[in-house]
Amino acid sequence: MPTTLAFITGPNLLWAGLLFGFLFGVLLHRGGVTDYNVIVKQFLFRDFTVLKVMFTAIVVGGVGLFILHGQELTNWHIKPATTLAVVLGAVLFGIGMVIYGYCPGTGVAAIGAGKLDALAGFFGMIVGGIAYAFSYDWIAANILPVADLGKKRLPELSTLPEWFWYAGLVVLAAVVFALVARFEKTSS
Amino acid sequence: MKSPRWNPYLVGALIGVLSLLTFSLADKPIGMSTGIAQASGACAMPVIGADGVAANAYWAKKAVPAWDYGSLFVLGSLLGALASAVMSGSFKLESVPKIWRERFGSSVMKRMIAAFIGGVVILFGARLADGCTSGHGISGSLQLAVSSWTFFLVMFASGIVTAFVLFRRNSKA
Repeated sequence: MPTTLAFITGPNLLWAGLLFGFLFGVLLHRGGVTDYNVIVKQFLFRDFTVLKVMFTAIVVGGVGLFILHGQELTNWHIKPATTLAVVLGAVLFGIGMVIYGYCPGTGVAAIGAGKLDALAGFFGMIVGGIAYAFSYDWIAANILPVADLGKKRLPELSTLPEWFWYAGLVVLAAVVFALVARFEKTSS
Repeated sequence: MKSPRWNPYLVGALIGVLSLLTFSLADKPIGMSTGIAQASGACAMPVIGADGVAANAYWAKKAVPAWDYGSLFVLGSLLGALASAVMSGSFKLESVPKIWRERFGSSVMKRMIAAFIGGVVILFGARLADGCTSGHGISGSLQLAVSSWTFFLVMFASGIVTAFVLFRRNSKA
């Protein structure tokens, strides 16, 4: 369904992709997450930059989207909960993220910041994409259908109202950030 | 050299605002790994031919190798980080990150091979899960998608186990 504010369509989407991507790249670099050390130390609980950046983005974007969607100014873009595939993919992703030292987005941005290992990993990602494309028919037949819940959102799993979930998200973020602040104080 | 880094909460909030702009103005979520899968199709073309790529169900339907919003977003991210690094004076060519060097030594070849293998694994995982830290971790989580929160939690758990296995013996860095 087209929404009122979505005036960027057709060929203009190309420029929008480049511009939004550019801003995203600036933010990833300024956030410090284009640095291998910052990312790996998150998983070792020695640096919480990744969690701070991601969780703040989720809360600000989430609450904003809750408001915009309430005004019918946005559409949902929900990825299907193909549970087995998501779990297996996420396990591989976590392993790959620590060895590569970046995620796909921060890896691309790290190339721009001059990290040559990020570039080597980018070639690896190209090979990973090719491997997935060649495995796709088998995966689509055997993995994707297992425990496929469809394009579900958490609020659909209960009778609690939509706002309750977003209020819960804000509280969760506040608790997580407070715990992180306390942990940083005691470990420094 | 002064640090180019901004407050992580500020950066997170700005990424949140950016996602609101992409959702409301272009009806698109922020995402990265589909664009890279599109690029992989473009790289396969010289080897298996355009027909071979078009005949593949994944590249034909899910990640069409072409310049579109998603693939240009990837290119834009690279350029944005480059501009930010150059303008802040923090652009620096580097092959072996500090924490890696402390644990595995300063061999460039060793680090490059590991990064390559890590890249293969991470993108295969991202495509299997149908999203990465951007598409699932941020765009999907903020929409409260079941798939994305599953991805977020499992990915973090997997990363923690991997990091402790690989780097546990590191001196407190």
